[in-house]
Amino acid sequence: MQDALRLLGNSPWSARLGMLVVLFYVVVAIFAPVLTPYGESEIVAAEYEPWSSEFLLGTDNLGRDMLTRLIYGARNTIGIALITTVLAFLIGCVAGFLAATLGGWADQAIGRVVDVLMAIPQLIFALLILTIVGTAIPILVVVIAVLDSTRVFRLSRAVAMNIVVMDYVEVARLRGEGLWWIMRREVLPNALPPLVAEFGLRFCFVFLLLSALSFLGLGIQPPTADWGSMVRDNATLITFGDFTPILPAASIALLTVGVNFIVDWFLHQTAGLKDE
Amino acid sequence: MNSGDSTTDVREPLLKMTGLRIEGQAGERWNEIVRGVDVVLHRGEVLGLIGESGAGKSTIGLAAMGYARPGCRLSGGDIVFDGMELRGAPEDRKRDLRGVRIAYVAQSAAAAFNPAHRLIDQFAEAPVHHGVKSRAEAEADAKDLYRRLQLPYPEQIGYRYPHQVSGGQLQRAMTAMAMSCRPDLIVFDEPTTALDVTTQIEVLAAIKDVVRHLDAAAIYITHDLAVVAQMADRIMVLRYGDLVEEGTADQIINRPREKYTRELLAVRTYRKPDAGPPSEAPLLRIEGVSARYSRSARVLEDVDLEIGRRRTVAVVGESGSGKSTLARVITGLLPPEEGRIFFEGEALPPALPGRNREMLRRLQMIYQMPDTALNPRQRLRDIIGRPLAFYLGLTGRKREDRVRELLEMIELDPDDFIDRYPTELSGGQKQRVCIARALAAQPDLIICDEVTSALDQLVAEEILKLLQRLQDELHLSYMFITHDLATVRAISDEIVVMLQGRIVEQGARNDVLTPPHHEYTNLLLSSVPEMKIGWLDRTLAEREKRRARGEQVMESADR
Amino acid sequence: MTQILTMVAQRLALGLLTLFVVSLIIFLGVELLPGDLTQAILGQAATEETVAAFRRELKLDLPPHERYVAWLGGILQGDLGHSLANKRAITELMGVRLWNTLFLAFISAAVAVPLALGLGILAALYRGTPYDRAVNIVTLSSISFPEFFVAYILILVLAVQLGWFPSISNIGEELGFWERVYRSILPALTLTLVVVAHMMRMTRAAIINLMASPYIEMANLKGLPRVRIIVRHALPNALAPIINVVVINLAYLVVGVVIVEVVFVYPGLGQLLIDAVRTRDIPVVQATGLFFAAAYILLNLTADVLSILTNPRLLHPR
Repeated sequence: MQDALRLLGNSPWSARLGMLVVLFYVVVAIFAPVLTPYGESEIVAAEYEPWSSEFLLGTDNLGRDMLTRLIYGARNTIGIALITTVLAFLIGCVAGFLAATLGGWADQAIGRVVDVLMAIPQLIFALLILTIVGTAIPILVVVIAVLDSTRVFRLSRAVAMNIVVMDYVEVARLRGEGLWWIMRREVLPNALPPLVAEFGLRFCFVFLLLSALSFLGLGIQPPTADWGSMVRDNATLITFGDFTPILPAASIALLTVGVNFIVDWFLHQTAGLKDE
Repeated sequence: MNSGDSTTDVREPLLKMTGLRIEGQAGERWNEIVRGVDVVLHRGEVLGLIGESGAGKSTIGLAAMGYARPGCRLSGGDIVFDGMELRGAPEDRKRDLRGVRIAYVAQSAAAAFNPAHRLIDQFAEAPVHHGVKSRAEAEADAKDLYRRLQLPYPEQIGYRYPHQVSGGQLQRAMTAMAMSCRPDLIVFDEPTTALDVTTQIEVLAAIKDVVRHLDAAAIYITHDLAVVAQMADRIMVLRYGDLVEEGTADQIINRPREKYTRELLAVRTYRKPDAGPPSEAPLLRIEGVSARYSRSARVLEDVDLEIGRRRTVAVVGESGSGKSTLARVITGLLPPEEGRIFFEGEALPPALPGRNREMLRRLQMIYQMPDTALNPRQRLRDIIGRPLAFYLGLTGRKREDRVRELLEMIELDPDDFIDRYPTELSGGQKQRVCIARALAAQPDLIICDEVTSALDQLVAEEILKLLQRLQDELHLSYMFITHDLATVRAISDEIVVMLQGRIVEQGARNDVLTPPHHEYTNLLLSSVPEMKIGWLDRTLAEREKRRARGEQVMESADR
Repeated sequence: MTQILTMVAQRLALGLLTLFVVSLIIFLGVELLPGDLTQAILGQAATEETVAAFRRELKLDLPPHERYVAWLGGILQGDLGHSLANKRAITELMGVRLWNTLFLAFISAAVAVPLALGLGILAALYRGTPYDRAVNIVTLSSISFPEFFVAYILILVLAVQLGWFPSISNIGEELGFWERVYRSILPALTLTLVVVAHMMRMTRAAIINLMASPYIEMANLKGLPRVRIIVRHALPNALAPIINVVVINLAYLVVGVVIVEVVFVYPGLGQLLIDAVRTRDIPVVQATGLFFAAAYILLNLTADVLSILTNPRLLHPR
């Protein structure tokens, strides 16, 4: 505990850095049209133009401005990842709380389905489904959300299980409270801190999975600007020693690092509260 | 055997801690949890450390080994063991002492034994490692000590794993392990607190015998004055990290000087006046109830019970007696396999979902652990207010006024407490809030499941008195589930004794408490430590005498 | 002992059942193919005959349950069907690639597992020191990196700028062992870097959790030296959590292989899967997908069984 607390005292610089990064990304995503010099898929020059005052980061394989695509990429990739994570949480938390509160066969049934879904690696599963049903964005969102909700289910069920065995939940049951009331008033408020942390982690995971899919050419489709596919499209430049194509990958990495720093600090914070 | 080679004067104390200060970390700050306590212990002497939670007694016990738990530090004073300063001594120097000359017996033997190794391997570890004995000698010695401590099958039991033996046996095996190097000093940290009373008396006897036999010095830490009175030559009473009073066991028990010590001594003397026989038809009647958890063996077998209006029925038994299961059956959480339950002559539906709101309202429950019985994310206003809204439909001003009234009833200032969260309350205050929440429903019967066992003794006494006052004012009936016979004596009108899912004896308080008893009731009653010096020796001698006369003497299930 | 056998048997049965359900899902996925999607795959120019041939190839003219039985029966006999793209037997396509992938996964694991366990245990033991904090920041960052980010940075620095390793892992059967290792170093290094961070964090957490147990305090109070406490008291109980950590990460590695193979154009199963997905070569997708899922399930099953077998409470029942 002593060490955890000392760490807490020392870590805020990383958390602060994380928050700064996230804030920066949010601003860039929201004001993308204002910040960009050109249109999202506007072809402005020849392919693979080098860096210049006109094209700060050069142009891509089709002659579109790299910086513009990078900024729009923030908007698209983060937006879709966020929607997917929220959806995954809605599905996963409701199922998890239900399983924990109801117990018995309902818990068993949901649990078995989730076990099977989790037995298949997410990327492989996503690839399979996307091959068959196509890669339209709504499908992408639903498929990844459903797959990811299994992880959310596991956690929310585990957290809720620890809460459901508390005497205050039994008190509410003995009082005659309904299922919904118990879930909303007794379980949810106590499950919030670990779920908030998990939201950050799941967002990172979804974000990375989406980028991986896009990188493989199966995620967000052109001409929508997206960091994963930007890396893939311009990868040839790397063999010439140009690191421009790594920039979108670095953008992905920086954001997930930022979120992870915040979550890490938050987890320490809540763990510290518990110790008191 | 280790003291022979020491060169210090025999009259020098074995352990001398002066001005001991220990700090505990809370967030960024360090708070003092032991504030300058002096402890002196002579060879062969048993020192009792007694106090309620937060008194710092365990921390002092560990400090005697030069050890502070993670999150604590020995911040001041001297710890001199046999002429050696331990505070600030290098780790390897302390390591040479620990296990060899100073040994430790933890409260929960089940957690303190490593699950991956056999008992005898863990026994032999310290003597072999410190070069005191060979492996073969250590094993032979283990068997001797197991026999001395009256463990069953002393030759074989050491080859079992910790999870294969019972709690009382583990505690004895841990005492044996502490003895393995014949230490000069053993620290016993609440060694019997987790045990049932009938097991406790046997473990106490075993510990006392072996400490006396090996002529070791001991620090015996407990919250139970009656226990320490049996074990210690000298007693130190501690509170909030300060010494309250120190003296021989006889002085402390028979001639206490301080008010706090007197309060601790008086703690089990409260008695409810006799109520006489029940007058009207019973409020709750249980007929032939049997129950089991899915697929396990039956935990309740053919239980009949009546609870009259304004009566307190104490259901007493040890762990596994089925007393808490009985509460679950009555509340409808566990529908019985056979038998019926009547409330005011009307049959209650067996399962919770079948009962209507009015039935639920009239039967409330209070739990053992107030910490887990209150939602930490709700204010007292909501905790107490919810049953008011739910059962009685009170809203707004009316609800607020009633919550305040209830807070006053449980002796908490409404202005101060109504907006607090449970984490901002002490243990006793939390239990009061649980009582207020039950009262809010205006119930006829309250089931109290071990409501005082998690509380310090003085606080528990206050709660009992509060419950009694509320019964008198509000004409409540209580079903009081407990393992603690002192509580039973204090508050019950009638007593029900349970053993392994069956009722072995029931009746009015005085009938059950005065002989002749059922054999088990006798064992139970005679095992409760009394606040008298020499009680343990007398009781054991009495049992021995009866055995010698050829009488059957019941033993705890642990043996 | 019988209790343990039943538990292991239960897990195995559950694993088989899961595998069966997974095969069903992979197979039924194709059922979702609506009629016009056949056309979408083959293109608008496809004639009636080619569409019919395509449907026959996928055996879409038979009722689903018959097709499933035939498909599963084929797999059990080692016949995975034929590729739509080049008509070759899938077994033949997968053969060499399977070994390449296993080779890559094996050399990555051989480096990653001991490295991660060692560093993780050190971090736990020196908890709160600058080393631990540095490890925390570094691993936290590196688990946040997408695999292709790590891969391209390695290519840029080690292959393009320094020229130490080839940027494309073009391996074949004709190469000697060390030449294969040499050409696989960059993809293996990428996988190792990604997995080590995860594994280290989990190892550290498991050990810290363990060191807080009362029996560790007891061992301290028996005056045992630190090394003995760790070896005798912590390690036997740490086995189950550590096995769990290793296996979870191996499973993770199996999936990570897919992306790394694409980046380095490594001729493995992952590359095959992605190519098949792009060309919508459904029988190949099904076969490789089933393989990856099976490997994943098998690894998790191993973890389950091993953690049962190392639990003293189960090994020595009352």
